[in-house]
Amino acid sequence: MNISDRETATVPHLANSKTVSWYEASARQRVQLLLDAGSFHEFIGPEQREESPHLQVFDLPTQFDDGIIIGRGRIAGAPVFVAAQEGRFMGGAFGEVHGAKLTGLLRAARDTKSVPVLILFDTGGVRLQEANAGELAIAEIMRALIEARMAGVKIVGLIGGRAGCYGGGGLIAGCCSALAVSEQGRIGVSGPEVIETNRGVEEFNSRDRALVWRTMGGKHRRLLGGAEAFVDETIQSFRSFALHLIGSAPVFGAEVLKAEQTRLEQRLQRFGLCADAVDIWKAEGVADAEAVPVMAAADFNDLANKAREPRYDAR
Amino acid sequence: METLSYRHKAQERAAGSKSLAIIGVVASGNLEVLVERLLPDTECQVDINTAAEGFGAVWEAVVADFVERRSPGGLKLSINDGGARPDTVALRLAQAVRLIEEDDQ
Amino acid sequence: MTAWRKAQNSRDARIAAGSKLAQGKVVNARDATALLEAVIRPGDRVCLEGDNQKQADLLAGALATVDAHHVHDLHMVQSGVVLPEHLDVFERGIAKRLDYSYSGPQSARIAKMLFGGKIELGAVHTYLELFARYFIDLTPHVALIAAVSADREGNLYTGPNTEDTPTVVEATAFKDGVVIAQVNEIVDKVPRVDIPGDRVHFVVRADKPFFVEPLFTRDPAAITEGQILTAMLALKGIYGPYGIKRLNHGIGFNTAAIELLLPTYGERLGLKGKIASRFALNPHPALIPAIEAGWVEQIHSFGSEVGMDDYIRARSDVFFTGDDGSLRSNRAFCQVAGLYACDMFIGSTLQIDLQGNSSTITTARIAGFGGAPNMGSDARGRRHPTEPWLRAGQEADPDGPATLRRGRKLVVQIGETFGDKNIPLFVEKLDALILAEKLKLELAPLMIYADDVTHIVTEEGIANLLLCRDKDEREQAIRGVAGYTDVGRARNKKMVQRLRERGVIRRPEDLDIDPLDADRSLLAARSIKDLVRWSGGLYAPPSQFRNW
Repeated sequence: MNISDRETATVPHLANSKTVSWYEASARQRVQLLLDAGSFHEFIGPEQREESPHLQVFDLPTQFDDGIIIGRGRIAGAPVFVAAQEGRFMGGAFGEVHGAKLTGLLRAARDTKSVPVLILFDTGGVRLQEANAGELAIAEIMRALIEARMAGVKIVGLIGGRAGCYGGGGLIAGCCSALAVSEQGRIGVSGPEVIETNRGVEEFNSRDRALVWRTMGGKHRRLLGGAEAFVDETIQSFRSFALHLIGSAPVFGAEVLKAEQTRLEQRLQRFGLCADAVDIWKAEGVADAEAVPVMAAADFNDLANKAREPRYDAR
Repeated sequence: METLSYRHKAQERAAGSKSLAIIGVVASGNLEVLVERLLPDTECQVDINTAAEGFGAVWEAVVADFVERRSPGGLKLSINDGGARPDTVALRLAQAVRLIEEDDQ
Repeated sequence: MTAWRKAQNSRDARIAAGSKLAQGKVVNARDATALLEAVIRPGDRVCLEGDNQKQADLLAGALATVDAHHVHDLHMVQSGVVLPEHLDVFERGIAKRLDYSYSGPQSARIAKMLFGGKIELGAVHTYLELFARYFIDLTPHVALIAAVSADREGNLYTGPNTEDTPTVVEATAFKDGVVIAQVNEIVDKVPRVDIPGDRVHFVVRADKPFFVEPLFTRDPAAITEGQILTAMLALKGIYGPYGIKRLNHGIGFNTAAIELLLPTYGERLGLKGKIASRFALNPHPALIPAIEAGWVEQIHSFGSEVGMDDYIRARSDVFFTGDDGSLRSNRAFCQVAGLYACDMFIGSTLQIDLQGNSSTITTARIAGFGGAPNMGSDARGRRHPTEPWLRAGQEADPDGPATLRRGRKLVVQIGETFGDKNIPLFVEKLDALILAEKLKLELAPLMIYADDVTHIVTEEGIANLLLCRDKDEREQAIRGVAGYTDVGRARNKKMVQRLRERGVIRRPEDLDIDPLDADRSLLAARSIKDLVRWSGGLYAPPSQFRNW
């Protein structure tokens, strides 16, 4: 093991990776514990100081890595690219540099035609302070992601942090080969407060957290088919499922896209009139749908695997 | 935004052989510290970029105590601060030194 | 003859007037305002619950809408000024004078109204003190209370949030006052009789359950490394050495961190069974891990806490419960327990001055006192000795003759040197003094007086004020734990060093505590979900604390 200038620091005094909470961990900690020990090599690390050129105007502090860590490592010995968003910096939101780092990583993956990418989403969307650059970045990322998939690369999203996966992040997640989400994870585009502000509290009470989680949270996404795997909140659990999804995610192409379109149309037909997620779960044949939010992860997965529609060749 | 910089003499070189470490997150009440082994053994420098203006005297005191306690010889510490309290700053500085002094995994 | 029964005659007349709206004792919710207009007379003392947690919100709303021509110049006597309606009655000329204890949620508005002359302030009290005055000079003419259910005879079930009700009813009913209760439902038989019907005159069934706020729930996810460090210092530097078994925790994240460190750090220190076994305390969810790990023998509570009912039912060996299984709380008795039967109070504050006076009042916000002045005071009437009490007494007066030397209750103020919004905890002059000058008060509203404070714990260390021999030592001991605040940076370094050598100040290193070890992995629970797991699924947190 060589000691290079690019080495990422380890974090002291952590419990072993089996018990460290994904939600609690920083992006750096997640990367460190997700990958094989010592295998991570960071691209455009913090010492390069590629910080946001825009935040100063707003008297906002920058972060050396602009809130996203990218690089390459190994998981169970096999090479993998990783991008991890820091949800506590600017809400994990996309800015110019942040977005460019992810675009670059996806293009690098595309060029290998084989090395999979893990995206550790933890984002509220695009930074208001870098709105134009951020929105452009989302589009560039989606294009780079699809190009990589077309070249044969699997791209797996891992979602379970404080910011969830919203806005442009939700759009990018929708383009991934597969998603693993924990209970605390949420996936959506418009956030709860935005919905309430625009549609009123009767439409969506953003302070009713049980409602927010029923509508956008990990368990619902799993039951709806919006995520492939529901994981318990440890880093070890995400690691296991990341490996599994890399192996099982389908190859991409026009046929897969068409199948996905059909799947989504059918979903809308089946559940479009349901007022609440509990109604969807009941319609899917889940016994004791009301108890889903409080179910332990193992019990929930048993249930999800039974209720799951047959394996499809979509996404 | 305010930029501050403090250069000190340190008693001893910081232990270990790692050349780089980073700790913390830039968020309200928090900060990140990037530490690089770049300077001569008995020198150290702390550069700060902070959103909270006018606290120069406090930063100076925190940095001086840190240098005396932890002897960060050879280290350049760069801080992006989101308005953290002095005790949080002291903690992160100490964490940064401990990180860079640790053995590799 | 009738000259000695004026109060009874008045009560009878009020009841007769109110009865026109009632069927037996029961009055419709829509007649609540009319009921109050019939029963209340101008200039009455009215006690409106107004407790720390539960609020008689229907009756508060009804009172705020009475016709001010008929009902005016009321003297409000209540524990808590919590709902907007509690202050609306003053805006509308219905009420004129106020005696109370706690106004946290209304602290900004009440400050404005006091400065604007809209409220004639009697005094701000601590809870037990206000209750005491209900029996001497602030006895209510009318009490507006909140209960869970009633039967047709007026027997009330107040349930887990019994809180102040028995005390309020005792004072009012037995001094010819009228008691009006709002209830969530009327039943054939109440689960248990908390208030016998012969002291309840009217019962109003509300459309929705009375308002209760989850005040004592602290999300472990929000606990910081600084709070964990102060918790470690408190456990190793105070709880352990003094052997504190009987105690009260004030509300806050610093004490929540202590509660969550008992099964982990406390266990590691070998303190189980030696500390923290009997509490005067609301059912803090953060204490669940310690209870489950066998640390806690008994808890008496001031009130309940939203979401804890099922857990409490299942842990009746620890909590006070009725035959119906639910918690029985009682603020007055729990305050007495904290005063006389506890060896330590530990809590947070917003400002501490150079002598150790402690205050939560700022010039823009008047939050009142709640229970802290009582819990945080040395009970000079106490006579039974315990080890920690005697030891503290000895530290305070090392030369006095042992058999004439009373003990001292430990009163600990804990917090980080910089609080919310980086505002310093330590100041040269308390805002409370500035407020007293502005409002021309005879007494500055201090929460805890310097001569009651025995220890101060910050991330910089512990200051033991009992060991200080004079004012200067006291000041330097405080400056010596005031960190990088202006107060801390102005310390006399030599004197602080000498105080440290004597053990008056102890830094983390002096206790073999490395601040870098103060991290969240020490917490027995790091999220609300963890607390639910510890409780075996019995704890049901309210919606705002969920992330599932």
